[in-house]
Amino acid sequence: MARVRDDMGDTRWGRLQRWLREGDDSLDRAMIAVWDESAEPEPEPVFTVPPARPEQKKKNQKHTAKLEKLLRVFSVIAAVLLCVGIIGILLHTTALLPSFGREDNPVHNEVPRRYIEKGMNEDTGAVNIVAGMILDYRAFDTLGESNVLFVAVCTVMILLRLQAGDPDERLGSDTRDRLIEPHSDPILQVIARVLIPLILIFGAYVILNGHISPGGGFSGGAIMGAALILHMLAFGEKQTARFFSYRTYRAVSVCALGFYALAKAYSFFTGANHLPSIITIGTPGRIFSAGLIPYLNIAVGLVVCCTMYALFSLFRKGEL
Amino acid sequence: MGLTNYAELAAIILFGIGFTILLIDRNLIKKNIGFAMTDSGMYLYLAAKGYISGRKAPIVVNGVTEMSAYINPIPAGLVLTGIVVSVATSAVMLALTVRLYRKYHTLNIDEIADKARKERE
Repeated sequence: MARVRDDMGDTRWGRLQRWLREGDDSLDRAMIAVWDESAEPEPEPVFTVPPARPEQKKKNQKHTAKLEKLLRVFSVIAAVLLCVGIIGILLHTTALLPSFGREDNPVHNEVPRRYIEKGMNEDTGAVNIVAGMILDYRAFDTLGESNVLFVAVCTVMILLRLQAGDPDERLGSDTRDRLIEPHSDPILQVIARVLIPLILIFGAYVILNGHISPGGGFSGGAIMGAALILHMLAFGEKQTARFFSYRTYRAVSVCALGFYALAKAYSFFTGANHLPSIITIGTPGRIFSAGLIPYLNIAVGLVVCCTMYALFSLFRKGEL
Repeated sequence: MGLTNYAELAAIILFGIGFTILLIDRNLIKKNIGFAMTDSGMYLYLAAKGYISGRKAPIVVNGVTEMSAYINPIPAGLVLTGIVVSVATSAVMLALTVRLYRKYHTLNIDEIADKARKERE
């Protein structure tokens, strides 16, 4: 028993206990040593490992390599077995599920009934029931999605942004394919001059009609982002940077996300139940109807458009 | 009953292929592709769960708001969420891959682990 206690006293947990009970300062010293390694010189090693003879070293290396190879083969076999097992379990479960396309399946319960029967006329005013669902009944979910895109762009920016003056990074950017590929291809430019306005108009149409036809902020924003990417490919980065820079991205994204959050924040002040809304739903089918949904669609579309272009630009040239 | 849910079956097989690539392949880009395939399998599964034979997409036509006219709108919303999140995750994963390649000049995850271990020693 006593020996166990002694052993335990040297572990981190034992030190923590002592520190809690008696105010022992060894944990403090250990923490300081972790934070400031130069505070205390490292103690000399008590005993040193004798240098291995060359042939023994070679043998050891061979042995470790063999072991590693064995481990890798074993891991591959284990992975295959795991995958086969998971697929088997999932297939077995699928065989027990209710059959495909029947209307009395348990997923078709009272929730979609409410969305379909009351959605357009009473609750949201959106002809597109999916748009009414994601931007009115479940609008906070969509706010989270837009924020996921924003956070993804921030993370990619942290990971890929080139630091000025870092020689390694500069070398990496100089050897990129964007500097070798042909610039200002006339065929691409002529086509792009015709196509870009059409793509932008189509994207705006999809966003603005999101509540009365198939479409919405996500699909329309992706189309408009494609137009920006085509502009950058056809006319070069400098031309695109004239109207879309890091500052533009920041301003548009933050304004759109802020507008979305503010526009949906009113439901907290009306009792966190925004179905009996103070905003009228209008006549379903008109372009100015469905309460806040068209404006939220525009906000989401702007965020998605900026995100698409920003991701492409970050992967291509390492900055916005 | 039995394995007659062909859409779900295809979704599970797609998921399985993607998952196997994710675990077995040593190339980081192929791991990303496998991850995208598991995503696609899940979307197909959700869309198949929401379908009802002979009904239309949930967009009101001619003012008909009967449950018996449209398919279930909820899986469509879930798939939309999933697509957005998978765009974000693949962007972050590819950015990490680019960083690893710039540092270690290889995409093989075993070689990266070896080089990282040597660097630490």
